[in-house]
Amino acid sequence: MTPALESYAEHAAAMRVFADEHIVPFAHRIDQEQQIPREVVERMREAGLFASGFPERLGGTPGSKADPVSATVRHGMIHEALGRASPSVQGLLNVHHMGGSAILRWGTQAQKGEWGQRLSSGEVIAAFAITEPEVGSDASAIQTTAVPVGDGWEVSGTKTWITCGQSADIFVMLTQSERGPLAVILPRDTPGLRIEPILGILGCRGYMLATLYMERCAVPPERVLGQPGFGLSHVVAEGLDNGRHNLAWGCVGLGQACLDASLHHAAQREQFGGPIGEFGQIQRLLARMMTDVHAARLVCWSAAVARGRRDPSAVQESFMAKYLASTMTNRVAADAVQVHGASGVGPGSPVETAFRDARIMELIEGTTQIVERAIARFGLQGR
Amino acid sequence: MNDCIRTSIRGFMSRSFEGREVADHDNIFALGFGNSLFAIQLVAYIEREFDIEIESEDLEMENFQSIDAVTALVGRKREA
Repeated sequence: MTPALESYAEHAAAMRVFADEHIVPFAHRIDQEQQIPREVVERMREAGLFASGFPERLGGTPGSKADPVSATVRHGMIHEALGRASPSVQGLLNVHHMGGSAILRWGTQAQKGEWGQRLSSGEVIAAFAITEPEVGSDASAIQTTAVPVGDGWEVSGTKTWITCGQSADIFVMLTQSERGPLAVILPRDTPGLRIEPILGILGCRGYMLATLYMERCAVPPERVLGQPGFGLSHVVAEGLDNGRHNLAWGCVGLGQACLDASLHHAAQREQFGGPIGEFGQIQRLLARMMTDVHAARLVCWSAAVARGRRDPSAVQESFMAKYLASTMTNRVAADAVQVHGASGVGPGSPVETAFRDARIMELIEGTTQIVERAIARFGLQGR
Repeated sequence: MNDCIRTSIRGFMSRSFEGREVADHDNIFALGFGNSLFAIQLVAYIEREFDIEIESEDLEMENFQSIDAVTALVGRKREA
């Protein structure tokens, strides 16, 4: 039986308390040092966050098998709480879930046994390696190759803009083989893999981005995910689908952070003898922000329910949630800077960081333009 | 039993292919319909509709290339 709405509110509040206590104090440092401190990751492990979204029988969050709808909504709330505290930390959990879900959905029984508990506990952190210097949205055109050698494969090529590339333990990587797209698990310590950090990016500076250079990296058969030819259509698609859903919730959190800061500032900041929140023009901005954040959260809820029910429409709903939430958070972050005035653009201002972070949201897990195309095509189905 | 499965899958594919008619034996990949968004929707559909689980070992082109192939796959999984 699906629990009462009050229990969701309790879960959301608990996640918010966790984030306020263990992540918010590090948010500025994460942006400045472009790294997520180990202690933050350790607190996430202790809280069981890495298990969220994974099958219960493989170490995932207890209760998710009995009530997958509730579990999926609660999973979204975790991403919302992290997005509100630090979009970089949300990104860490997101790519872990993207890579991990691809393994635990399409891995063999042996692979699930090898990786399930370690991924769910956070002992092993996964990342997702698709993008290349010459290939972004068109994943079917990737140039990294997998060449058959003995009973395994050898992978060569370059992946770039890989979130958590600097820190992840394993990469779920898409390659091109003579038998079509091939997904593999590439551990960080694979001989021939060289990792180069990417620093100084606009926003989400704690994503710990990296470029991966593979030179004849040996991939034994037990590191191949799914069957050759299904690497993109099923294995990688599973991760991307989860990533869009997670990111949509993260965007709601980021929008909420901007809204919270703006409401506080509007109530405290006095000009012309009173709080600026009493001015109609500021109220219009606040009203738009409140409604925008609320609308995006409801669309995320709808997508989560569809996912929990394993409804095929969940794919479309996650696209729509990502579209609405990522564009929303850009509007809301811009409005937040406007409400704050000069103090919103100064060094150390949370809304200044949020403004930069929000820009990233329309670029990752599908650019806004790619997402628009996908949604429109869903709409045209059956016409 | 397989007729019910076939009718259901045919309906799903027809809706997914923007109304274009596809014969039961047509190779949907050769017709250009086999993109990743369709693929994960198809898996979700048959898993939910027929209460089966598609596993890594099932990922063979022969299992997904036509309405006939998917019908046979679902039939085998339900009997297993």
